[in-house]
Amino acid sequence: MVETLLKVDSLQAWYGESHILHGVGFEIGRGELVTLLGRNGAGKTTTLKSVMGIVEKRSGSVRFEDRETVGHPSDEIARLGIAYCPEERGIFSSLNVEENLLLPPVVKPGGMSLDEIYRLFPNLLERRRSQGTKLSGGEQQMLAIGRILRTGAGLLLLDEPTEGLAPVIVQRIGEIIRQLKSRGFTILLVEQNFHFAATVADRHYVMEDGRVVDMIASADVQHNIGKLQAYLGV
Amino acid sequence: MFELLGIPPQALFGQLLLGLINGAFYAMLSLGLAVIFGMLNVINFTHGAQYMLGAFAAWLMLTELNIPFWAALVLSPLAVALFGILLEKVMLKRIYHLDHLYGFLLTFGLALIIEGLFQWRWGSSGAPYPSPIPGGTNLGFMFLPTYRGFVVVAALVICLVTWYGIERTKFGAYLRAATENPTLVRAFGINVPRLITLTYGLGVGLAALAGVLAAPIQQVSALMGTNLVLVVFAVVVIGGMGSIMGSIVTGFGLGLVEGLTKVFYPPASNTVIFVVMAIVLLVKPAGLFGQTK
Amino acid sequence: MTGQRTVAIVLLAAALVAPWFAYPVFLMTALCFALFACAFNLLLGYVGLMSFGHAMFFGIAGYFYGHVVKAWNMPPELGLLAGVVGAAILGVATGALAIRRQGIYFAMITLAFAQMIYFFCVQAPFTGGEDGLQGIARKPLLGGLIPTKDDRVLYYVVLAIFLFGYGAIYRFIHSPFGQVLKAIRDNEQRAVSLGYEADRYKLLAFVLSAALAGLAGATKAMVLQFATLTDVSAAMSGEVVLMALVGGLGTIIGPVVGAFIIITMQNYLASFGEFVLVIQGTIFVVIVMAFRKGLVGELADWWKSRRLTG
Repeated sequence: MVETLLKVDSLQAWYGESHILHGVGFEIGRGELVTLLGRNGAGKTTTLKSVMGIVEKRSGSVRFEDRETVGHPSDEIARLGIAYCPEERGIFSSLNVEENLLLPPVVKPGGMSLDEIYRLFPNLLERRRSQGTKLSGGEQQMLAIGRILRTGAGLLLLDEPTEGLAPVIVQRIGEIIRQLKSRGFTILLVEQNFHFAATVADRHYVMEDGRVVDMIASADVQHNIGKLQAYLGV
Repeated sequence: MFELLGIPPQALFGQLLLGLINGAFYAMLSLGLAVIFGMLNVINFTHGAQYMLGAFAAWLMLTELNIPFWAALVLSPLAVALFGILLEKVMLKRIYHLDHLYGFLLTFGLALIIEGLFQWRWGSSGAPYPSPIPGGTNLGFMFLPTYRGFVVVAALVICLVTWYGIERTKFGAYLRAATENPTLVRAFGINVPRLITLTYGLGVGLAALAGVLAAPIQQVSALMGTNLVLVVFAVVVIGGMGSIMGSIVTGFGLGLVEGLTKVFYPPASNTVIFVVMAIVLLVKPAGLFGQTK
Repeated sequence: MTGQRTVAIVLLAAALVAPWFAYPVFLMTALCFALFACAFNLLLGYVGLMSFGHAMFFGIAGYFYGHVVKAWNMPPELGLLAGVVGAAILGVATGALAIRRQGIYFAMITLAFAQMIYFFCVQAPFTGGEDGLQGIARKPLLGGLIPTKDDRVLYYVVLAIFLFGYGAIYRFIHSPFGQVLKAIRDNEQRAVSLGYEADRYKLLAFVLSAALAGLAGATKAMVLQFATLTDVSAAMSGEVVLMALVGGLGTIIGPVVGAFIIITMQNYLASFGEFVLVIQGTIFVVIVMAFRKGLVGELADWWKSRRLTG
């Protein structure tokens, strides 16, 4: 049995008065790639943010490597070995590409070196002195993924990495994610694009109204395609 | 020698030097204000009082502890920066979540307390501070007091070092990123609250450093900061708080403008910077180097 | 709400008999500053703009009053009018520029303009420079009907002026204009998308605030018979902020309370010299850190919570 890296239980989260998550629970094993699927507003991004510790208020349990993280600030959580790639990418306009890549500090040994990252994303090497936000959407996404690979974090939280990108770039990102998985990274992926998610994931959790309502293993997807389409409203 | 528009060269260059010196202080102080505002979103009204504390600390070190200028140049900013860090941890930190205006009011209140205390204890007339590099050189078209030349050069160096530190170093990258998106930077594992405290300390230290440099030039008095900080606010509005280099250029530039006004039309010299501010507001409200947020 | 009505009636009654219990000059000074603070609060509490240079309106109006009454030998009514109009014109000039920025920039711009006016007043011949305008005679009002030399009589005149100003603010806030301003304050983008020219409304409020501050300043010159640089100084601008803060920004009566408190405090602490600054600064700090709603605001909150639990 694969060792459990992340265990979420009864997670609730609020933004001000809005109660977004009503008791989320799921697990991720080391080396797995697990997705959170669901319609807009289901709470997928909020779940990712709650794991990272950047929601205003949360309760419940989020255990990483069997350490409770609820109640701890986000910089401590990052230093445990979790890295976050936000939906809006969060590329810093006041930094150039290389500065963006080097910004997240190394929190654990075993991360990729700058050279290795440039080999994975050669067009970032070309544009390393450019201002971060002058890159195209696809390049910015690669930058957002690339910069968290250096940190040594074992668990990567990726929020909609293919959103708004051309099919060719989406394919490239899929290849990269598969490569990362084979290098041993554990990945929690939020995706609207189900076809993309199906090509990379081991398991899928479905979310609805701030709760996890179902779990479907990759092998069972074909069998449950109708149910999935109903969940996602396609 | 030659005369320019009926103004003798000594008068012209003398005022230009004065303008350059004023500009140096405008630049250093608006730099500190911009750095603090960028990170903390607080207009540090206490900046003037902290500048005064820098000068006073140097003066007290000299008169009470016989510590010479060159040592005070290092020790005074350190001491005042520590005091600033204390202020940030105890008070400023607690009001970040509120409207900016509360930060303004808090730092205004702190400035009143600090200046009031010093005024009460030492009165408002100033105390002189001996020049560490007395004497000067006759350049022909003007007489250059050595210390004043030093101040201009030192200010330039300080400004450029600050610029380099922010734009070209790793620490500066942390600062710039945290100014843009503190939540994300914290989610990468960087202790952003500590970074913020440190930044405030640096900004305050910069103000105090300017104060030490100012001590031999003007009388060290409890009110030396207030008069200055009001002008620096106008400088900051003119430059816009968008860029470090912008603050530096605007500071020096306005000092020169003020100096020139003193030569050619003295009655306006007090208000020329404010007039420039009015014009800039009409033409480019975000400031010369600012970006509308 | 009858609660508010009762309080208002009690206060009015108190105001009418006050000259028998306290020095009229003290009361008049407090009323002038109360009006000043209310004018300031109109801008901050209801438009969300903090002016840190409001003394320029207060002070310049005082100078205009003094000049008109003393140098031009005109009746006090014209002096007051000159003060109000002068302040309003200054309000239009500075407001049009200051409104272009918001929040903290707005505060700094008003501060800078006030400094400009201060320096102007230092140099301009008609202000008397460092000495200011002194010995402005108390001339009778309404063509001789009201003998203003008597402090008690003048008190009722000043009370009337104050009530007029206060009433103007009250009417303004509760008028359609006031509602639009509130909408702008709460969500400017939305108001603009609904078709309101936010800048025009803000400028109108600014000019009204300036004019009323001018009324307060001119009245003060009438009462105390002088106008000096202190009245246009940054310290004066800071003081009116303090008065509004102490009393409570979100309330109409707050600034009045705040003004009375600060004026009383200044009277008692006059012998302390510069230490008053320290005390004022401490009050600022304490309020920002702990009592953001000011005296009236916190009392109102406490009263509400009592009625809920009681």
